[in-house]
Amino acid sequence: MSLPAVEATTPTTRKTALNAVHRQMGARMVEFNGWDMPVEYPSSGGIIAEHMTVRTGVGIFDVSHMGDIRLAGHGALAAVQHISMNDASRLAVGQAQYSALLYPQGTFVDDVIVHRLTEDEYLLVINAGTREKDFSWVRDNTRNFNCKVENLSDEFTQIAIQGPKGVNLLQKLTDADLSAVKFYWVTRGTVCGLRNVLIARTGYTGEDGFEIYVPADEATSARVWNEILEAGKEFGVLPCGLGARNTLRLEAKLPLYGHEISDTINVWEAGLDRFCKMEKQDFIGRVALEKAKATGLQRTLVGLEMIERGIARDEYKVLDDSGSEIGYVTSGSPAPFLKKNIALAYVPPRSSDAGSTVKVEIRGQGVKAQVVPTPFYKRPKKA
Amino acid sequence: MPYPSDFKYTKEHEWIKADGKNATIGITNYAQESLGDIVFAELPKVGSETTAGKTFGTIESVKAVSDLYAPASGTVTEVNSELATAPEKINKDAHSAWLIKISMRDPNELNSLLSAADYEKFVAEEAGH
Repeated sequence: MSLPAVEATTPTTRKTALNAVHRQMGARMVEFNGWDMPVEYPSSGGIIAEHMTVRTGVGIFDVSHMGDIRLAGHGALAAVQHISMNDASRLAVGQAQYSALLYPQGTFVDDVIVHRLTEDEYLLVINAGTREKDFSWVRDNTRNFNCKVENLSDEFTQIAIQGPKGVNLLQKLTDADLSAVKFYWVTRGTVCGLRNVLIARTGYTGEDGFEIYVPADEATSARVWNEILEAGKEFGVLPCGLGARNTLRLEAKLPLYGHEISDTINVWEAGLDRFCKMEKQDFIGRVALEKAKATGLQRTLVGLEMIERGIARDEYKVLDDSGSEIGYVTSGSPAPFLKKNIALAYVPPRSSDAGSTVKVEIRGQGVKAQVVPTPFYKRPKKA
Repeated sequence: MPYPSDFKYTKEHEWIKADGKNATIGITNYAQESLGDIVFAELPKVGSETTAGKTFGTIESVKAVSDLYAPASGTVTEVNSELATAPEKINKDAHSAWLIKISMRDPNELNSLLSAADYEKFVAEEAGH
Protein backbone atom coordinates (compact mmCIF):
# COMPACT_ATOMS: atom_id res chain seq x y z
CA MET A 1 0.00 0.00 0.00
CA SER A 2 1.08 3.58 -0.41
CA LEU A 3 2.22 4.77 2.99
CA PRO A 4 2.38 8.47 3.85
CA ALA A 5 5.81 9.61 2.73
CA VAL A 6 8.26 10.54 5.45
CA GLU A 7 9.20 14.06 4.51
CA ALA A 8 12.87 14.80 4.54
CA THR A 9 13.67 18.08 6.23
CA THR A 10 15.65 20.40 4.00
CA PRO A 11 18.21 22.94 5.15
CA THR A 12 15.47 25.55 4.87
CA THR A 13 12.87 23.69 6.97
CA ARG A 14 12.36 25.67 10.14
CA LYS A 15 12.29 24.17 13.60
CA THR A 16 10.74 25.43 16.81
CA ALA A 17 12.79 25.48 20.02
CA LEU A 18 10.96 22.32 21.12
CA ASN A 19 11.87 20.29 18.02
CA ALA A 20 14.40 18.07 19.81
CA VAL A 21 11.91 17.45 22.62
CA HIS A 22 9.23 16.30 20.16
CA ARG A 23 11.67 13.97 18.45
CA GLN A 24 12.86 12.61 21.78
CA MET A 25 9.23 11.83 22.65
CA GLY A 26 8.99 9.83 19.44
CA ALA A 27 6.62 12.23 17.71
CA ARG A 28 5.73 11.49 14.10
CA MET A 29 7.00 14.61 12.33
CA VAL A 30 5.61 16.31 9.26
CA GLU A 31 6.53 19.34 7.18
CA PHE A 32 3.89 22.04 7.61
CA ASN A 33 4.25 25.31 5.72
CA GLY A 34 8.04 25.13 5.93
CA TRP A 35 8.13 23.93 9.55
CA ASP A 36 9.19 20.53 10.93
CA MET A 37 6.32 19.83 13.32
CA PRO A 38 4.81 16.91 15.26
CA VAL A 39 1.63 15.61 13.60
CA GLU A 40 0.95 13.10 16.38
CA TYR A 41 2.69 11.34 19.27
CA PRO A 42 2.39 7.55 19.12
CA SER A 43 3.14 7.55 22.84
CA SER A 44 -0.04 9.62 23.34
CA GLY A 45 -1.98 7.02 21.39
CA GLY A 46 -2.12 9.08 18.21
CA ILE A 47 -4.50 11.66 16.74
CA ILE A 48 -7.78 10.24 18.02
CA ALA A 49 -6.55 9.83 21.62
CA GLU A 50 -5.05 13.33 21.54
CA HIS A 51 -8.27 14.81 20.17
CA MET A 52 -10.39 13.12 22.87
CA THR A 53 -8.04 14.22 25.63
CA VAL A 54 -8.47 17.86 24.63
CA ARG A 55 -12.26 17.50 24.60
CA THR A 56 -12.42 15.76 27.99
CA GLY A 57 -9.25 16.67 29.88
CA VAL A 58 -6.25 18.65 28.71
CA GLY A 59 -3.74 18.49 25.89
CA ILE A 60 -0.76 20.68 25.06
CA PHE A 61 0.50 21.87 21.70
CA ASP A 62 3.70 23.53 20.53
CA VAL A 63 2.39 26.37 18.36
CA SER A 64 5.60 28.38 18.23
CA HIS A 65 5.52 28.26 14.45
CA MET A 66 2.80 30.92 14.55
CA GLY A 67 3.94 34.52 14.17
CA ASP A 68 3.74 37.58 16.38
CA ILE A 69 3.66 41.22 15.32
CA ARG A 70 3.60 44.03 17.84
CA LEU A 71 2.35 47.53 17.06
CA ALA A 72 3.19 50.11 19.72
CA GLY A 73 2.77 53.87 20.01
CA HIS A 74 0.08 56.54 20.06
CA GLY A 75 -0.93 55.65 16.52
CA ALA A 76 -1.06 51.89 17.14
CA LEU A 77 -4.85 51.68 17.47
CA ALA A 78 -5.37 53.73 14.31
CA ALA A 79 -2.89 51.50 12.49
CA VAL A 80 -4.64 48.32 13.64
CA GLN A 81 -8.02 49.79 12.69
CA HIS A 82 -6.72 50.46 9.21
CA ILE A 83 -5.50 46.94 8.49
CA SER A 84 -7.87 44.80 10.57
CA MET A 85 -11.57 44.27 9.76
CA ASN A 86 -12.82 43.93 13.33
CA ASP A 87 -13.18 46.95 15.63
CA ALA A 88 -10.12 47.11 17.88
CA SER A 89 -11.42 50.28 19.59
CA ARG A 90 -13.80 48.01 21.49
CA LEU A 91 -10.88 46.24 23.15
CA ALA A 92 -10.18 47.06 26.76
CA VAL A 93 -6.60 46.66 27.93
CA GLY A 94 -6.13 42.92 28.32
CA GLN A 95 -8.82 41.96 25.84
CA ALA A 96 -8.44 40.08 22.53
CA GLN A 97 -10.57 39.57 19.42
CA TYR A 98 -10.58 37.41 16.31
CA SER A 99 -10.15 39.39 13.11
CA ALA A 100 -8.55 39.31 9.67
CA LEU A 101 -6.22 41.40 7.55
CA LEU A 102 -7.78 42.00 4.14
CA TYR A 103 -6.57 42.91 0.69
CA PRO A 104 -8.24 45.85 -1.06
CA GLN A 105 -10.44 43.27 -2.86
CA GLY A 106 -11.94 42.21 0.48
CA THR A 107 -10.16 38.85 0.41
CA PHE A 108 -7.87 37.50 3.12
CA VAL A 109 -4.23 38.27 3.77
CA ASP A 110 -4.59 36.19 6.94
CA ASP A 111 -6.80 35.69 9.95
CA VAL A 112 -5.43 36.98 13.20
CA ILE A 113 -6.04 37.37 16.89
CA VAL A 114 -5.61 40.98 17.99
CA HIS A 115 -4.62 41.42 21.63
CA ARG A 116 -4.57 44.79 23.35
CA LEU A 117 -1.64 44.35 25.74
CA THR A 118 -1.42 47.89 27.14
CA GLU A 119 -2.90 51.30 26.38
CA ASP A 120 -0.93 51.69 23.14
CA GLU A 121 0.37 48.20 22.48
CA TYR A 122 -1.27 45.59 20.27
CA LEU A 123 -0.11 42.04 19.55
CA LEU A 124 -1.22 40.33 16.35
CA VAL A 125 -0.83 36.55 16.39
CA ILE A 126 -0.77 35.21 12.84
CA ASN A 127 -0.36 31.95 10.92
CA ALA A 128 2.91 30.11 10.49
CA GLY A 129 2.81 29.96 6.72
CA THR A 130 2.11 33.68 6.37
CA ARG A 131 4.66 35.09 8.84
CA GLU A 132 6.79 36.98 6.34
CA LYS A 133 3.91 37.98 4.07
CA ASP A 134 1.90 39.35 7.00
CA PHE A 135 4.80 41.28 8.50
CA SER A 136 5.58 42.95 5.17
CA TRP A 137 1.90 43.70 4.70
CA VAL A 138 1.50 45.21 8.17
CA ARG A 139 4.71 47.23 7.94
CA ASP A 140 3.95 48.54 4.44
CA ASN A 141 0.37 49.52 5.26
CA THR A 142 1.05 51.29 8.54
CA ARG A 143 3.92 53.55 7.47
CA ASN A 144 1.78 56.65 7.84
CA PHE A 145 0.77 55.87 11.39
CA ASN A 146 2.59 56.94 14.52
CA CYS A 147 3.62 53.53 15.75
CA LYS A 148 6.47 51.04 15.77
CA VAL A 149 5.91 47.69 14.07
CA GLU A 150 8.03 44.77 15.25
CA ASN A 151 8.25 41.15 14.19
CA LEU A 152 8.53 39.21 17.44
CA SER A 153 7.85 35.80 15.90
CA ASP A 154 11.22 34.30 16.84
CA GLU A 155 11.15 35.61 20.40
CA PHE A 156 8.53 33.29 21.83
CA THR A 157 7.89 29.65 22.35
CA GLN A 158 4.10 29.52 22.29
CA ILE A 159 2.46 26.61 24.09
CA ALA A 160 -1.28 26.00 23.95
CA ILE A 161 -2.88 24.27 26.93
CA GLN A 162 -6.34 23.24 25.81
CA GLY A 163 -9.31 21.44 27.33
CA PRO A 164 -11.67 21.69 30.30
CA LYS A 165 -8.81 20.87 32.69
CA GLY A 166 -6.45 23.36 31.10
CA VAL A 167 -7.19 26.01 33.70
CA ASN A 168 -6.53 23.53 36.53
CA LEU A 169 -3.24 22.55 35.01
CA LEU A 170 -1.93 26.03 34.33
CA GLN A 171 -3.05 27.35 37.71
CA LYS A 172 -0.57 24.98 39.33
CA LEU A 173 2.25 26.70 37.47
CA THR A 174 1.37 30.38 37.80
CA ASP A 175 0.66 33.01 40.42
CA ALA A 176 -1.80 34.73 38.10
CA ASP A 177 -5.43 34.26 39.17
CA LEU A 178 -6.76 32.47 36.10
CA SER A 179 -10.35 32.50 37.38
CA ALA A 180 -10.25 36.27 36.80
CA VAL A 181 -9.28 35.86 33.14
CA LYS A 182 -12.34 35.51 30.93
CA PHE A 183 -12.27 33.79 27.56
CA TYR A 184 -10.46 35.97 25.01
CA TRP A 185 -8.77 38.03 27.69
CA VAL A 186 -5.10 38.04 28.64
CA THR A 187 -2.98 38.65 31.70
CA ARG A 188 0.64 38.51 32.70
CA GLY A 189 2.10 36.46 35.50
CA THR A 190 4.97 34.31 36.67
CA VAL A 191 4.80 30.95 34.89
CA CYS A 192 7.22 28.14 35.81
CA GLY A 193 9.32 30.72 37.60
CA LEU A 194 9.49 33.02 34.56
CA ARG A 195 8.38 36.57 35.28
CA ASN A 196 5.88 38.60 33.30
CA VAL A 197 4.78 35.84 30.92
CA LEU A 198 1.87 36.67 28.62
CA ILE A 199 -1.03 34.32 29.34
CA ALA A 200 -3.95 34.45 26.89
CA ARG A 201 -7.23 32.61 27.31
CA THR A 202 -7.36 31.79 23.61
CA GLY A 203 -7.02 28.72 21.44
CA TYR A 204 -7.88 26.92 18.23
CA THR A 205 -9.68 23.86 19.54
CA GLY A 206 -13.21 24.95 20.49
CA GLU A 207 -12.39 24.23 24.13
CA ASP A 208 -11.48 26.47 27.06
CA GLY A 209 -7.76 26.87 27.32
CA PHE A 210 -4.73 29.11 27.38
CA GLU A 211 -1.77 30.04 25.26
CA ILE A 212 1.43 31.08 27.01
CA TYR A 213 4.36 32.90 25.47
CA VAL A 214 7.72 32.04 27.03
CA PRO A 215 11.27 32.91 25.94
CA ALA A 216 12.29 30.96 22.85
CA ASP A 217 15.64 29.56 23.99
CA GLU A 218 15.73 25.78 23.85
CA ALA A 219 16.57 25.17 27.49
CA THR A 220 13.76 27.35 28.86
CA SER A 221 11.28 26.03 26.33
CA ALA A 222 12.07 22.39 27.14
CA ARG A 223 11.92 23.03 30.87
CA VAL A 224 8.51 24.71 30.64
CA TRP A 225 7.13 21.97 28.32
CA ASN A 226 8.27 19.24 30.68
CA GLU A 227 6.99 21.03 33.78
CA ILE A 228 3.58 21.37 32.14
CA LEU A 229 3.53 17.65 31.35
CA GLU A 230 4.56 16.85 34.93
CA ALA A 231 1.98 19.15 36.48
CA GLY A 232 -0.65 17.77 34.12
CA LYS A 233 -0.12 14.11 35.00
CA GLU A 234 -3.01 14.14 37.48
CA PHE A 235 -5.31 15.40 34.67
CA GLY A 236 -4.09 12.88 32.11
CA VAL A 237 -2.37 15.54 30.00
CA LEU A 238 -1.05 14.46 26.60
CA PRO A 239 1.23 16.23 24.15
CA CYS A 240 -0.79 16.78 20.95
CA GLY A 241 0.25 17.43 17.38
CA LEU A 242 -1.02 19.17 14.27
CA GLY A 243 -3.22 16.21 13.35
CA ALA A 244 -5.41 16.65 16.42
CA ARG A 245 -5.13 20.42 16.09
CA ASN A 246 -6.79 20.11 12.71
CA THR A 247 -9.57 17.72 13.71
CA LEU A 248 -10.35 19.83 16.78
CA ARG A 249 -10.58 23.12 14.90
CA LEU A 250 -12.64 21.46 12.16
CA GLU A 251 -15.26 20.21 14.62
CA ALA A 252 -15.40 23.76 16.01
CA LYS A 253 -15.62 25.23 12.49
CA LEU A 254 -12.55 27.42 12.90
CA PRO A 255 -11.11 28.50 9.54
CA LEU A 256 -7.68 27.50 8.27
CA TYR A 257 -5.83 29.85 5.94
CA GLY A 258 -5.46 28.35 2.52
CA HIS A 259 -8.65 26.36 3.00
CA GLU A 260 -11.76 28.25 4.24
CA ILE A 261 -10.06 31.63 3.79
CA SER A 262 -7.52 32.75 1.23
CA ASP A 263 -6.62 35.62 -1.07
CA THR A 264 -9.39 34.57 -3.49
CA ILE A 265 -12.19 34.27 -0.94
CA ASN A 266 -14.00 37.25 0.57
CA VAL A 267 -15.38 37.81 4.08
CA TRP A 268 -19.05 37.26 3.14
CA GLU A 269 -18.36 33.96 1.36
CA ALA A 270 -16.42 32.72 4.37
CA GLY A 271 -19.30 33.63 6.68
CA LEU A 272 -17.14 35.81 8.92
CA ASP A 273 -19.56 38.74 8.87
CA ARG A 274 -19.73 39.08 12.63
CA PHE A 275 -16.00 39.84 12.85
CA CYS A 276 -16.18 42.49 10.13
CA LYS A 277 -17.32 45.89 11.41
CA MET A 278 -18.46 47.75 8.32
CA GLU A 279 -19.51 50.67 10.51
CA LYS A 280 -15.81 51.36 11.19
CA GLN A 281 -14.65 54.53 9.43
CA ASP A 282 -12.35 52.87 6.98
CA PHE A 283 -10.21 49.75 6.68
CA ILE A 284 -8.46 48.03 3.79
CA GLY A 285 -11.03 45.98 1.93
CA ARG A 286 -14.09 47.87 3.12
CA VAL A 287 -14.97 49.40 -0.26
CA ALA A 288 -14.77 46.08 -2.08
CA LEU A 289 -16.82 44.37 0.62
CA GLU A 290 -19.52 47.04 0.28
CA LYS A 291 -19.71 46.34 -3.46
CA ALA A 292 -19.66 42.59 -2.93
CA LYS A 293 -22.57 42.86 -0.51
CA ALA A 294 -24.61 44.63 -3.18
CA THR A 295 -23.75 42.01 -5.79
CA GLY A 296 -24.71 39.09 -3.59
CA LEU A 297 -23.08 35.76 -2.81
CA GLN A 298 -22.01 33.37 -5.56
CA ARG A 299 -20.83 30.78 -3.07
CA THR A 300 -21.01 30.26 0.66
CA LEU A 301 -19.24 28.10 3.23
CA VAL A 302 -21.33 25.25 4.63
CA GLY A 303 -20.85 22.30 6.94
CA LEU A 304 -21.34 18.81 5.51
CA GLU A 305 -21.90 15.52 7.24
CA MET A 306 -21.47 12.29 5.25
CA ILE A 307 -24.68 10.25 5.10
CA GLU A 308 -23.30 7.36 3.03
CA ARG A 309 -20.04 5.56 3.85
CA GLY A 310 -17.02 7.62 2.93
CA ILE A 311 -14.70 10.39 4.08
CA ALA A 312 -14.80 13.76 2.33
CA ARG A 313 -11.33 15.29 2.14
CA ASP A 314 -9.76 18.60 1.16
CA GLU A 315 -10.34 19.58 -2.48
CA TYR A 316 -12.86 16.81 -3.24
CA LYS A 317 -15.63 18.02 -5.56
CA VAL A 318 -19.13 18.65 -4.32
CA LEU A 319 -21.88 17.59 -6.73
CA ASP A 320 -25.62 18.12 -6.82
CA ASP A 321 -28.08 15.21 -6.99
CA SER A 322 -27.72 14.99 -10.77
CA GLY A 323 -23.94 14.69 -10.49
CA SER A 324 -23.04 18.20 -11.69
CA GLU A 325 -20.11 19.87 -9.98
CA ILE A 326 -21.32 22.72 -7.77
CA GLY A 327 -18.49 23.31 -5.33
CA TYR A 328 -15.55 21.86 -3.44
CA VAL A 329 -14.46 20.71 0.00
CA THR A 330 -12.12 23.10 1.82
CA SER A 331 -11.42 20.81 4.76
CA GLY A 332 -12.69 17.28 5.38
CA SER A 333 -11.85 14.58 7.86
CA PRO A 334 -13.23 12.07 10.32
CA ALA A 335 -14.39 13.89 13.47
CA PRO A 336 -13.10 11.85 16.42
CA PHE A 337 -15.38 13.32 19.10
CA LEU A 338 -18.55 13.45 17.00
CA LYS A 339 -17.78 10.06 15.42
CA LYS A 340 -18.92 11.28 12.02
CA ASN A 341 -17.17 12.22 8.82
CA ILE A 342 -17.50 15.98 8.36
CA ALA A 343 -16.36 18.66 5.99
CA LEU A 344 -16.52 22.36 5.22
CA ALA A 345 -17.25 23.22 1.61
CA TYR A 346 -18.08 26.09 -0.72
CA VAL A 347 -21.40 25.63 -2.51
CA PRO A 348 -23.82 27.97 -4.26
CA PRO A 349 -26.35 29.65 -1.94
CA ARG A 350 -29.19 27.58 -3.46
CA SER A 351 -27.55 24.41 -2.07
CA SER A 352 -26.69 25.84 1.32
CA ASP A 353 -29.82 25.30 3.42
CA ALA A 354 -29.39 22.92 6.34
CA GLY A 355 -30.93 19.61 5.35
CA SER A 356 -30.02 19.91 1.65
CA THR A 357 -28.38 16.81 0.26
CA VAL A 358 -25.36 16.95 -1.97
CA LYS A 359 -22.79 14.42 -3.11
CA VAL A 360 -19.06 14.42 -2.54
CA GLU A 361 -16.97 12.87 -5.28
CA ILE A 362 -14.77 10.24 -3.65
CA ARG A 363 -12.55 8.33 -6.08
CA GLY A 364 -14.96 8.84 -8.94
CA GLN A 365 -18.15 8.01 -7.01
CA GLY A 366 -20.73 10.49 -5.74
CA VAL A 367 -21.26 9.79 -2.03
CA LYS A 368 -24.24 11.37 -0.25
CA ALA A 369 -23.73 14.13 2.30
CA GLN A 370 -26.06 16.53 4.07
CA VAL A 371 -25.66 20.23 4.78
CA VAL A 372 -25.68 20.67 8.56
CA PRO A 373 -25.59 23.70 10.86
CA THR A 374 -22.20 24.72 12.19
CA PRO A 375 -20.23 24.66 14.35
CA PHE A 376 -20.41 20.88 14.35
CA TYR A 377 -19.28 20.92 17.97
CA LYS A 378 -19.84 23.49 20.71
CA ARG A 379 -18.28 23.01 24.10
CA PRO A 380 -20.73 22.50 26.95
CA LYS A 381 -21.46 25.66 28.96
CA LYS A 382 -20.03 25.52 32.46
CA ALA A 383 -22.83 25.25 35.05
CA MET B 1 6.52 -7.91 16.32
CA PRO B 2 7.75 -10.91 14.37
CA TYR B 3 6.45 -11.37 10.84
CA PRO B 4 4.72 -14.76 10.42
CA SER B 5 6.98 -17.08 8.45
CA ASP B 6 4.06 -18.70 6.61
CA PHE B 7 3.14 -15.34 5.04
CA LYS B 8 4.68 -13.81 1.94
CA TYR B 9 5.12 -10.04 1.71
CA THR B 10 5.11 -7.26 -0.86
CA LYS B 11 7.30 -4.17 -0.81
CA GLU B 12 4.03 -2.26 -0.55
CA HIS B 13 3.45 -3.78 2.88
CA GLU B 14 0.70 -6.28 2.12
CA TRP B 15 0.91 -9.89 3.34
CA ILE B 16 -0.56 -13.00 1.70
CA LYS B 17 -1.07 -16.44 3.22
CA ALA B 18 -1.59 -19.23 0.71
CA ASP B 19 -3.51 -22.43 1.27
CA GLY B 20 -3.44 -24.30 -2.05
CA LYS B 21 -5.24 -22.07 -4.54
CA ASN B 22 -6.85 -19.99 -1.81
CA ALA B 23 -5.15 -17.04 -0.19
CA THR B 24 -5.82 -14.54 2.57
CA ILE B 25 -4.55 -10.96 2.22
CA GLY B 26 -3.89 -8.20 4.75
CA ILE B 27 -1.50 -5.36 5.56
CA THR B 28 1.55 -5.68 7.76
CA ASN B 29 2.18 -4.40 11.24
CA TYR B 30 4.67 -1.91 9.82
CA ALA B 31 1.92 -0.52 7.58
CA GLN B 32 -0.63 -0.09 10.39
CA GLU B 33 1.99 1.54 12.60
CA SER B 34 2.92 4.00 9.86
CA LEU B 35 -0.70 4.86 9.16
CA GLY B 36 -1.82 5.52 12.72
CA ASP B 37 -5.49 5.09 13.62
CA ILE B 38 -7.30 3.39 10.72
CA VAL B 39 -10.81 4.78 10.31
CA PHE B 40 -12.00 3.34 6.99
CA ALA B 41 -11.38 0.41 4.69
CA GLU B 42 -12.73 0.38 1.14
CA LEU B 43 -12.64 -3.21 -0.09
CA PRO B 44 -13.76 -4.88 -3.34
CA LYS B 45 -16.95 -6.92 -3.67
CA VAL B 46 -17.02 -10.71 -3.66
CA GLY B 47 -16.65 -11.87 -7.24
CA SER B 48 -14.45 -9.01 -8.39
CA GLU B 49 -10.95 -9.60 -9.76
CA THR B 50 -7.58 -8.66 -8.32
CA THR B 51 -4.49 -8.20 -10.46
CA ALA B 52 -1.04 -8.61 -8.91
CA GLY B 53 0.57 -5.20 -8.42
CA LYS B 54 -2.65 -3.25 -9.11
CA THR B 55 -4.81 -1.49 -6.52
CA PHE B 56 -7.75 -3.35 -5.04
CA GLY B 57 -8.99 -0.86 -2.47
CA THR B 58 -7.98 1.80 0.02
CA ILE B 59 -7.30 2.11 3.73
CA GLU B 60 -7.82 5.48 5.35
CA SER B 61 -6.30 6.89 8.49
CA VAL B 62 -7.47 10.18 10.00
CA LYS B 63 -5.08 12.13 7.82
CA ALA B 64 -4.50 10.06 4.71
CA VAL B 65 -5.86 7.76 2.02
CA SER B 66 -3.60 4.81 1.17
CA ASP B 67 -3.99 2.49 -1.82
CA LEU B 68 -3.88 -1.27 -1.34
CA TYR B 69 -1.91 -3.27 -3.92
CA ALA B 70 -2.81 -6.88 -4.67
CA PRO B 71 -0.02 -9.40 -3.94
CA ALA B 72 -1.61 -11.87 -6.36
CA SER B 73 -4.20 -12.11 -9.11
CA GLY B 74 -7.49 -13.89 -8.56
CA THR B 75 -11.17 -13.67 -7.68
CA VAL B 76 -12.39 -12.26 -4.36
CA THR B 77 -14.22 -15.01 -2.44
CA GLU B 78 -14.65 -13.32 0.94
CA VAL B 79 -14.40 -9.82 2.44
CA ASN B 80 -13.82 -9.19 6.14
CA SER B 81 -17.15 -7.57 7.07
CA GLU B 82 -15.95 -6.68 10.61
CA LEU B 83 -13.82 -3.93 9.10
CA ALA B 84 -16.87 -2.00 7.91
CA THR B 85 -17.68 -1.11 11.50
CA ALA B 86 -14.38 -1.76 13.30
CA PRO B 87 -11.48 -0.87 11.01
CA GLU B 88 -9.32 -0.28 14.10
CA LYS B 89 -9.00 -4.08 14.36
CA ILE B 90 -6.26 -3.70 11.77
CA ASN B 91 -4.30 -1.50 14.17
CA LYS B 92 -4.83 -3.95 17.01
CA ASP B 93 -3.54 -6.99 15.11
CA ALA B 94 -2.67 -6.41 11.48
CA HIS B 95 -1.56 -9.98 10.90
CA SER B 96 -4.91 -11.47 11.91
CA ALA B 97 -7.26 -8.69 10.75
CA TRP B 98 -7.38 -9.95 7.15
CA LEU B 99 -8.93 -7.82 4.41
CA ILE B 100 -9.98 -10.19 1.62
CA LYS B 101 -9.70 -13.82 0.60
CA ILE B 102 -9.10 -14.74 -3.01
CA SER B 103 -8.99 -17.79 -5.24
CA MET B 104 -5.64 -17.36 -7.00
CA ARG B 105 -5.26 -17.54 -10.76
CA ASP B 106 -1.55 -18.39 -10.60
CA PRO B 107 0.00 -19.33 -7.23
CA ASN B 108 3.45 -19.02 -8.88
CA GLU B 109 3.06 -15.25 -8.58
CA LEU B 110 3.96 -15.72 -4.92
CA ASN B 111 7.49 -16.79 -5.83
CA SER B 112 8.49 -13.20 -6.53
CA LEU B 113 7.31 -11.96 -3.14
CA LEU B 114 9.44 -11.50 0.00
CA SER B 115 9.87 -14.03 2.78
CA ALA B 116 9.35 -12.91 6.38
CA ALA B 117 13.08 -12.54 6.87
CA ASP B 118 13.50 -10.50 3.67
CA TYR B 119 10.51 -8.29 4.53
CA GLU B 120 11.87 -7.66 7.99
CA LYS B 121 15.18 -6.57 6.49
CA PHE B 122 13.38 -4.42 3.91
CA VAL B 123 11.39 -2.65 6.64
CA ALA B 124 14.45 -2.08 8.79
CA GLU B 125 16.08 -0.31 5.85
CA GLU B 126 12.95 1.75 5.12
CA ALA B 127 12.59 2.83 8.71
CA GLY B 128 16.21 3.88 8.77
CA HIS B 129 15.65 6.69 6.22
